[in-house]
Amino acid sequence: MPHDAPEHAPGHAHDHDHAAIEADEPQGYYQHLAAATRSLLIEKGVFSAGDMRAMIEKIDERSPAVGARIVARAWTDPDFRERLLAQGKKTMKEEMDIDPVVADIVVVENTADVHNVVVCTLCSCYPVFILGRPPDWYKSYAYRSRTVRDPRGVLREFGTEIDPGREVRVHDSTADMRYLVLPMQPEGTEGWPEEKLAVIVTRDTMVGVAEAQAAG
Amino acid sequence: MSAPPFRPRFGPGDAVTVSARFPTGRRHLRTPFYIRGKTGAVERVCGAYRNPEELAFGTYDGARLPLYRVRFDQAHVWDDYAGNPADTIDIEIYETWLEPAAAGDDSNAA
Repeated sequence: MPHDAPEHAPGHAHDHDHAAIEADEPQGYYQHLAAATRSLLIEKGVFSAGDMRAMIEKIDERSPAVGARIVARAWTDPDFRERLLAQGKKTMKEEMDIDPVVADIVVVENTADVHNVVVCTLCSCYPVFILGRPPDWYKSYAYRSRTVRDPRGVLREFGTEIDPGREVRVHDSTADMRYLVLPMQPEGTEGWPEEKLAVIVTRDTMVGVAEAQAAG
Repeated sequence: MSAPPFRPRFGPGDAVTVSARFPTGRRHLRTPFYIRGKTGAVERVCGAYRNPEELAFGTYDGARLPLYRVRFDQAHVWDDYAGNPADTIDIEIYETWLEPAAAGDDSNAA
């Protein structure tokens, strides 16, 4: 059947028949449960279909770029950094108009002596509103179970070798707090403007499985 | 009606032991198995939060519980821990799961 699905690369010929590429896999138990719950909440007027769509859109707008702006500001503004470490949510809200939409954000700082890494062993708690949706590995049983038990081994698999003399501090995000790792500013980036610094602050550096690198 | 005053039982630096309870049946617990029975030190008091063990079953008006971040030495948590003896793990734990550590407990998390 001829079609113009965006999945096709430019130049892909359409003069043959094949099944359309569809995202209509059979629904499992939990998909049915989620769909039924959503329908009931909308029917009862708890929220509208439009509210739900708008919230999904809002979540999708969030990405690691939000967290990167916070880190870049902390690298360039020592007073802000200190307030951020003491009161994460309050500081990012009041001083950057960034609402993490959670009870609080615990900001943990990497130093020459300490490296922090975040995991949620019970499920996959993640600061979605400052880092976007979590990567699949963050939700895997392997990452969740091994990071608490062998953090240095897990970090090595991410290509992050932590000096044996440096303390590794794991944070198990088991309840109401969410976490942001404040990576160390790489050497050679002193004096860079915030906008340029933000580019080198990646998602993985803010979860703590990587260290920030000066680009190029 | 105003909320009752917030009076956390523990403060930063207090040595605490996680209850070694293993409830069965209908439950939703936010205290990981691997930390039950272990001793650490309160890193900070996070505030008062609803009890997830009630929330999970639709009770939204229960008492709010003090929530703590507790720091444990990895070498105390895992018998065969191979990393730096200074390595630690911080875990959020609700007050109902914490007891004052017995004197002479072998953990020295700070």
